[in-house]
Amino acid sequence: MIEAMLYAALTLYGVAIAIALYRIIFGPSLPDRVIALDMIGVNLISAIAIISIVFGTRSFLDVILILGILAFISTIAFSKYIERGVIIDRKRND
Amino acid sequence: MRTNNVILRAVVKLVVFIILTLAVYLFLSGHHSPGGGFIGGLVLASAFVLLFIAFDIETVRHAIPFDFKKVAALGAFISVSTGFASLVFGEAFLTQAFDYFELPFFGKTELSTVTIFESGVALVVVGVVVTIILSIVEDV
Repeated sequence: MIEAMLYAALTLYGVAIAIALYRIIFGPSLPDRVIALDMIGVNLISAIAIISIVFGTRSFLDVILILGILAFISTIAFSKYIERGVIIDRKRND
Repeated sequence: MRTNNVILRAVVKLVVFIILTLAVYLFLSGHHSPGGGFIGGLVLASAFVLLFIAFDIETVRHAIPFDFKKVAALGAFISVSTGFASLVFGEAFLTQAFDYFELPFFGKTELSTVTIFESGVALVVVGVVVTIILSIVEDV
């Protein structure tokens, strides 16, 4: 029973990632694409948690932490690029 | 309207320490579980990149006065010299050794020479990744 539920959850996460991929490819504006990328990151984190339950191992928990950090940094970089037009400033300006 | 990034800087000042802690954990969880010098170095470099994004190059260069090219060179030197250190004891190149010691605070601890090699690898990864990103930024 629990196996079937876990595999159904993995399938639904795959569907959600496919929907977000559609938004990335055909998204009308840049913020839509950034939000869809962040959504793919969150879905991947959840899917890896379910995969670690299926395999019965704790080795994938580090992957969750690193994916969270990378999704955080990439979202910050994209939003700073949209807002300011530059990601890393050269001089202090305030 | 002048924009500021108070929220970003306040969050980053907290989150950088979490990322640095994760980097040290990944580095030390080395050869028995996932982790090691390469992954630890990558996470460490992502912490530096987060600092560069939230602040700017001038401020971070003032706070962390390392030349990252020299950091990479130092790491390569450490890695290769641990390889040659095994030649002194008559073993093959890059032979590793480990033993268990009774340390006062940690109890029975495994100390190995792979950790020194991995620290060199971590320094190489940090130096190369930060150098690549800074040269991309400064070129634009």
